[in-house]
Formats: sequence, C-alpha cells, structure tokens
Amino acid sequence: MSSRFREQLEEALFPPLVALLVALICGDLLIMSYGQSPSTVYRLLLEGTWGNAYGFGQVLYKATTLIFTGLSVSLAIRAGLFNVGAESQLAAGGFVAALVGMGLSPRMPWILAIPICMLAAAVGGGIVGGIPGWLKVKYGAHEVIVTIMLNFVVLALLNYIVAAKIHVSETLHTPEIRHGSIARLDSFIPAFHGSAANLSILIALATAAVVWVYLFKTKRGFELRAVGLQPDAAEYGGVSVGGIWMRAMVLSGAVAGLGGINYVLGYKHYYEEGFAGGAGFLGIAVALVGRNHPVGVVLAALFFATLSQGGLAIHAFVPKQMVEVLQGVVILAVAMSVPEVRRALRQARKPVAA
Amino acid sequence: MNPISFLTQTLRIAIPYLFAASGGVIAERAGIISLSLEGYMLTGAFAATLGGHYSGSPWIGVLAGIFGGLVFGLIHAVASIRYRANQVVVGIAINLLAIGVTRFFLKLAFASSSNSPRIPGFGGNQAWHGFDNPLLWLGLIVAPVLAFILYRTPFGLRVRAVGEHPEAAESLGIKATRIQYISVALSGMLAALGGVFLALDQHQFTDQMTAGRGFIAVAAVIFGRWDPVRAALACLLFAAAETLQIQLQGNQFIPSQFIEMIPYLLTIIALAGVVGRAVPPAALGKTAE
Repeated sequence: MSSRFREQLEEALFPPLVALLVALICGDLLIMSYGQSPSTVYRLLLEGTWGNAYGFGQVLYKATTLIFTGLSVSLAIRAGLFNVGAESQLAAGGFVAALVGMGLSPRMPWILAIPICMLAAAVGGGIVGGIPGWLKVKYGAHEVIVTIMLNFVVLALLNYIVAAKIHVSETLHTPEIRHGSIARLDSFIPAFHGSAANLSILIALATAAVVWVYLFKTKRGFELRAVGLQPDAAEYGGVSVGGIWMRAMVLSGAVAGLGGINYVLGYKHYYEEGFAGGAGFLGIAVALVGRNHPVGVVLAALFFATLSQGGLAIHAFVPKQMVEVLQGVVILAVAMSVPEVRRALRQARKPVAA
Repeated sequence: MNPISFLTQTLRIAIPYLFAASGGVIAERAGIISLSLEGYMLTGAFAATLGGHYSGSPWIGVLAGIFGGLVFGLIHAVASIRYRANQVVVGIAINLLAIGVTRFFLKLAFASSSNSPRIPGFGGNQAWHGFDNPLLWLGLIVAPVLAFILYRTPFGLRVRAVGEHPEAAESLGIKATRIQYISVALSGMLAALGGVFLALDQHQFTDQMTAGRGFIAVAAVIFGRWDPVRAALACLLFAAAETLQIQLQGNQFIPSQFIEMIPYLLTIIALAGVVGRAVPPAALGKTAE
C-alpha cells in the first residue's frame, strides 16, 4: 500500500469513525432518557435491518435512492459546487419518468422501455440541475441559494401539475405507468417478499462505477476535479471553468433525477407528491460521510439506510425519531471532524516528512 | 376584501419571518452562512411549548424558547467557528437535528407524534386583532433596532468589519471569533422568537410547525440584500402575497402553488442580478484562521 493512499484512507476513515462514536454516545443518552437499555435497543436495530431478509431488503431499497443522491452531491462537490437541490432534482426525475412511462405502449420490448424511462428521469433531473448551473455561469448567482430556492419552486410546480392536471382522483399521485417497470428482488429471491427492494440497486451500483471511472479515469473527470480544487489554476491551464461547472451541475442533477426510478419504476409505478421525502437532503450527508468517493457513497448510503430502517425496528421501545436525531449528530460530527482530522494528521506526519 | 383584516393578517404572518430574517441578517453580516433559521424557529417553538406547559406562563415560554435558540445557535457557532466545519452542511445538519430533537422530545414529554397539549399564550381579545400580543410589537421593532445596532453602534461596526474582512478587523484589534460567536448566538435567539410567536399564537406545538418559514426568511435576507430594514420589507411583501392567497381562496385566479413560489422566484431573480444585484458580505462562509 503506497503511503499516499494510506494517508488518504486515514483522512477519509477517521471522521466517520469519530462520528459513529459520538452518535453511539448520543444514542445511549436518548435511549436511557426513555428508560430503556441501549444494548437491547441496538441489538433490535441490527436484527431488524441486517438480521432478516425483509429488513435487509428495505435497507437496500432505501440505500438505492441515497446512492443516487449521494453520487449527485459528490459529483458537484468534486467540481467545487454545492448542490443542495438533489431533493427537487430527484422529484423531477421521478415525475418525468412517470410521465414517459404512462405514455409508452405496453407492446414495446422492456429492453427499450426501461432505458427510455431511465433517460427521461435523468433528463428531468438534469434540467433542474442545469438551471442553477446556468445562473451561476452566466450571472454569478450562488448555486447554494439558487438550488435551495429552486427546490421549493420545482416541488410547488410538480404539486400543481399533479393536483390540477393528472392525479388519480382522491389521491396525490399520477396514474400508473403502462410500461418500463423494474422487477422487484422478491421475484428472484422469495425471501425478500414484501420489501420494496428492486433491481434499481444494480443500476445504482453501476452508476457509482461509472461515476468513479468518469472522475478518476477520464480527461473530463480530471478537468472537473481540477476546477474543484483550483478554479483559477484550471482556467490558466486552458480549462473553461464555466463549461465544467455547467456540465457538473447537469450531470449532478441527472444522477439525482435517475434516483427517481427506484420509487417510480421499481416500487409504486407512479409519481406521488412528496415521494423524495428528504432523500435529496440526506444525499448531502451521504456525500459528506462517504468523502465524495463513489465507494464511500455506497457505504454511507447503506449506513444511513440502516439507521432509517432501524428506527422502525426499535419503535416499540424507543421512538423512531431517535434515528433522526442521530442522523443530524452524525452529519455535524463528520463536518466538524474533517478539518480537525486533516490538521492533526498533517501535524503528526510533519517530522517524518522532514 | 376588508383592508383592515388584510393588514392585520399580513402582519401576523410576517412576524415569524421578521424575527427569523433579523437573525439571518446578523449572522450573515458577521460572515457566517445561516441556513439554519428553520431549525432555530422549530426549536424555539418547541422549547416555548415546554416552558409554557410546565410553568403555565407564556413569559416563561418566551424565555425557554430563546434559550432553545441559543443552544442551537451555539452548536452552529462552535461547529463553524471553532471546528471550521462547512457552514452550509452545518446549517442543514441543524435543521435535521431540530426536526429529530423536537419529534423525539414531543414523544417523550407529551406521548404524541403530532402535537402538544394546549399551552397558554398572549392576548386573545378579538377586538384587538392580535395587537394585544407583546411579541407582535417586538417583532415589528426588531428590524429597525437591528439596523440601529448594525449601523450606529461600535458593536455593529465590528460585526460588519468581521463579515467583510476578518483579517483587517483582527489587525485593528477586533476579536473576530468573539464577534462571530455573539452574532450567531443572537441569530439563534432572534430566529427562535419567530418560532415562539407561532407556538404561542397557535397555543400548541405541532410537528414541523415552522413548515419552511425559516427558508422564506433566508429568501428575505437575500432579497433584502443583507440589510435589516430591506429584509423586513421583503418579509412584509412575502407575507402580503400569502395573505392575498388565503383571502382569495374560493375565487382562485392564481393556483396557490404559484403564490407559494413568489418568495423563492424573486430571490433567484435578485441573485441573478436582474433588478439590482444582491451582493453578499465579502467574507461570508470564510471563518477566520
């Protein structure tokens, strides 16, 4: 193992470990404040998630969307941009996929129908991601604020379209898609019966692999990372910073939008108001804990999915809201320890380097 | 439509925005990005409910609410100043944390996942149209007072100096980090008062009762170009749009979702510089080394 790789690994692994420790302590306090035993509750949490097929299926299902949103946020951060809009990009992706799926003929071969719906999801998210990119490049509008504001605008617009134009009466969802649905895991492995897990997880993992290749093995990915690290130097080196930012925001939005397939094509087969349910915001946490690396993002997505499903498993003993507190604690602890760990490790290495 | 009821309803809707936007202005003028207003408001509302419920006095509720905002403000301050964490991430974490904490303790204190029991509030005399509530008056003067502090006092000068150029401020002997701690703590307490107003006005806490109001306040801060009075005017404008939508219900010319978009769309337009560019404090988001 090269020392450079080891240094990077240390810098990447310490903050999440610190955060896990802090979260465990906070969890202990919350559990005890409810008069329960921490060891019992943590055991229940693990048994209800990784301990049985249904729970594990639910973890996989929840992790799928988070992998997409985590990759989306990571892609933008690698270009030096903070995309807080994954929530509405995800919703827009799901919405467009549902619209296209509703219009497809059931006679079309699935090998065409599913990619068409996936493309629709990516286009929907890509457009919503492209707007803040364009406003930043053209007018210098800060992408953090624009993506936050755009979340509200896009979600309100989608709510309007669904409520006023195309909902099934008495519900807040669109009609079911006619084609393009992705098979559930329980149709291959009966043990997963009842869980929403579907083959989108494979598409999520494939997307992670593609993002990894793009970022680390292509010229465009190299340029993107160069802009993220040193925009002025990249510009001087002949890279169009504006072009890279635009491309990064469109790609980031497209990946978040693609996440919409997990719910729309894989689970419910329709678009429903509020289906994103915070997965876009949690994508920021996933990217942060996963240190903006596709492998880290997959692991972090599994972690946050476990927490969220685990909340349901412990609900009989401790309110499931405990895991929401722990999510916040983990994000804060990681955000606080990243700069600290970097400084401490650099200091520790100094005498060796000198 | 009755102009008096339009005006009073606009003011009542604007009060939480006015408190939260003032909180946002002071933190951001000191250079700390404040996306956590929503979290402060929610915590303030819940703490006020706890205080009001256990003491029976709305005043204790106000104090408890301010204290709740102070605690969350200090978490934000320590994370972003002492630990130099990314301030956008900290803001989002504070919002998530506030939702989780209020839900958990709502369950613990009142065994409910939706709302608290009825708590005491201020006023309630119909003839006064809500003007018998001291918090409403406080909300109306908070922006002018903040403007006075920012532009007419030595403390305000320091806050602005730290937000524009922390190194220069340090070289003049200003303790930049101390100014930032104070500003963020004040920001938490002010924004929390917005939540306190909501909880006492509705005589209860309900899950996620702030419902995005903290983000409307963020929009008002930017649309008001980080100036307390202009931000307050933005709050009034956004509240008037909301009131219009409520009072026009039944004869809908514009779907409610489009009224909801107004603050956010205006803010995006302001950021893009179509009508007078919104320029943030120069050192926003950069903590002093």
